[in-house]
Amino acid sequence: MNDTPVIYLDNNATTMVAPEVLEEMLPYFNRWYGNPSSMHSFGGMVGRRIREARERLASLLGASEEEIIFTSCGTESDSTAIYAAIRSYPEKKHIITSRVEHPAVKNLCDYLAKNGYRVTTVGVDKSGNLDLDFLYDNLTPDTAIVSLMWANNETGVIFPVEEIAEKTAAAGIVLHTDAVQAVGKIPIDMQTNRIDMLSLSGHKLHAPKGIGALYVRKGTKFSPFLIGGHQEKGRRGGTENTASIIGLGKAAELAAAKMSEENTRVRELRDKLERELTQRIPNCFVNGKDAPRLPNTASIAFEFVEGEAILLLMNEHGICASSGSACTSGSLEPSHVLRAMGVPFTAAHGTIRYSLSVYNTEAEIDVVIEHMPGIIERLRQLSPFWKSGACMAS
Amino acid sequence: MWEYTDKVKDHFLNPRNVGEIPDADGVGEVGSLACGDALTLYIKLDENQRIKEAKFKTFGCASAIASSSALTEMVIGKTLEEAEQITNEQIAEYLGGLPKEKMHCSVMGRDALEKAIACYRGKDVRVVEGNIVCECFGVTDIQIERAVKENKLHTIEAVTDYLKAGGGCGKCHDKIQEIIDAVLGAAKPKVVAPPKGKLTNLQKIKLVEETLAREIQPSLRKDGGDIELVDVDGNTVFVRLKGSCSQCKMSQVTLKQYVQTKLQELVAPELTVEEAAS
Repeated sequence: MNDTPVIYLDNNATTMVAPEVLEEMLPYFNRWYGNPSSMHSFGGMVGRRIREARERLASLLGASEEEIIFTSCGTESDSTAIYAAIRSYPEKKHIITSRVEHPAVKNLCDYLAKNGYRVTTVGVDKSGNLDLDFLYDNLTPDTAIVSLMWANNETGVIFPVEEIAEKTAAAGIVLHTDAVQAVGKIPIDMQTNRIDMLSLSGHKLHAPKGIGALYVRKGTKFSPFLIGGHQEKGRRGGTENTASIIGLGKAAELAAAKMSEENTRVRELRDKLERELTQRIPNCFVNGKDAPRLPNTASIAFEFVEGEAILLLMNEHGICASSGSACTSGSLEPSHVLRAMGVPFTAAHGTIRYSLSVYNTEAEIDVVIEHMPGIIERLRQLSPFWKSGACMAS
Repeated sequence: MWEYTDKVKDHFLNPRNVGEIPDADGVGEVGSLACGDALTLYIKLDENQRIKEAKFKTFGCASAIASSSALTEMVIGKTLEEAEQITNEQIAEYLGGLPKEKMHCSVMGRDALEKAIACYRGKDVRVVEGNIVCECFGVTDIQIERAVKENKLHTIEAVTDYLKAGGGCGKCHDKIQEIIDAVLGAAKPKVVAPPKGKLTNLQKIKLVEETLAREIQPSLRKDGGDIELVDVDGNTVFVRLKGSCSQCKMSQVTLKQYVQTKLQELVAPELTVEEAAS
């Protein structure tokens, strides 16, 4: 590990803990370390700070405090939501999800499919938009839950979950959304929609890792995932992660304050990155370009080169991003999201995801724009497929 | 993040012997775009049948590029008989080791070398030897036996690390385990003759790619159109029509009557062609 400055464009993977967040958290490790469940006021005062954090997070979501359950991460929130629904409706044996979900939902649904559930996966078109007709056609009285992400982690494509919620609510079916990538980046108001459950994760919005939350709309049938103490009104046992909950509350307050910057300045930086790279580099395109997308995410396919090699050359310049290629993940198949969108092999293996945050500057984006054409050209000179690529372009 | 050795990083950042040899004595091509890595190796011999020049072009991750670069350094100056003795382990050792999930990069290097030598000797290297076990990545029982023997592999995961076999759908795990048991138990594995004419997924994708490029794209491009391979799922080939083809009212006729017929004729009779959802 060293302290060389990096250009961090991997904010959909995780984010820096905001300095204001860290500052609020620190005293709760070794100064005010009491247990909020204790009778003494030393613990009780921590309980008050947790209530404040809950209010702050509820306010970001347009929710009320009792609709927020703190969890350990986005994955726990997703599992809690899906198990809550299927345990609340034991007679229903059908689940609907999409082909492009995060593993937290996808792998759980795959598991349930092997354990007595019928799982319908809704496809997407080449822009990444959900096949709504197929979704609506498959809502049945046997459907226990529909779980669809709000925004995709790889492409940033936004699903119309609020519109979908009207249909599922009318059909009396629980709708859960994995909003891990959406919360803090786009405005969300649970008062104006009919979504039943929503998962979020602290470390995607400048709170620490190891803290998440699940929104559960008042009146939604619920069954706890972690059974234990009376914490979170008996909906999630386990002593509260006090410092991190307080951190998440502060991060939610900051996200609300920076929402407009995210959707103006950060969006402009992202658009500049996409515009300049697609202009300067032949045979490259933006995945999901024509779909509604998060303001911070650019998924760019560079044809005939491989993602891991691109990332390592970017790393030489201190630029951090992610790839949809097989090699980076250790799996042998390229991203299931890009495959679902029908991105050809020629491009899926060479897709790089740049994800920005409010901490990125225009100077950083300019450095990336300056280095990328050389990196891609260098690898294409090594690629046995590049000659045919050049022909195809002409 | 992979833990690459300094030598891997060096060969990735400063690859040796990149390029093509137009008048090569032997050329070995392995892998494909669909697989995520591919290597073309060129060798040229001197009057004493020693490899005097070796060059490569590689599409793939850092360890694939580094393995190719290392391979060229290792073979230059060797006779073909000496070069044939190079194992994938030696390529990995030359680089100071590879992460175990990346051992298949060294196997790809060894395979390309074998093909280049076979090419020089005039053998037809396109024939797949043995019986296909892993259909996703087109790996045969003979390849698996050899990797298990040479590298003392004990588990299915290790076979996947070295050959990719078993890394796709996972349906072949039982067969791989049987081979491991047979080889390690020193029992003679059953070798069944491969079904005649049956293509692996990988061979199918490569043949479809080649046929599209050779037979179909040139005539579509004459009319300002183009076609792109999106996916091959079983016997269904998904393509996307581009340029003038995409607006053409006759595009469905083109697909079925022209593209599908050509592919059925030149690749496999059971193929059907569909337009990828857009």
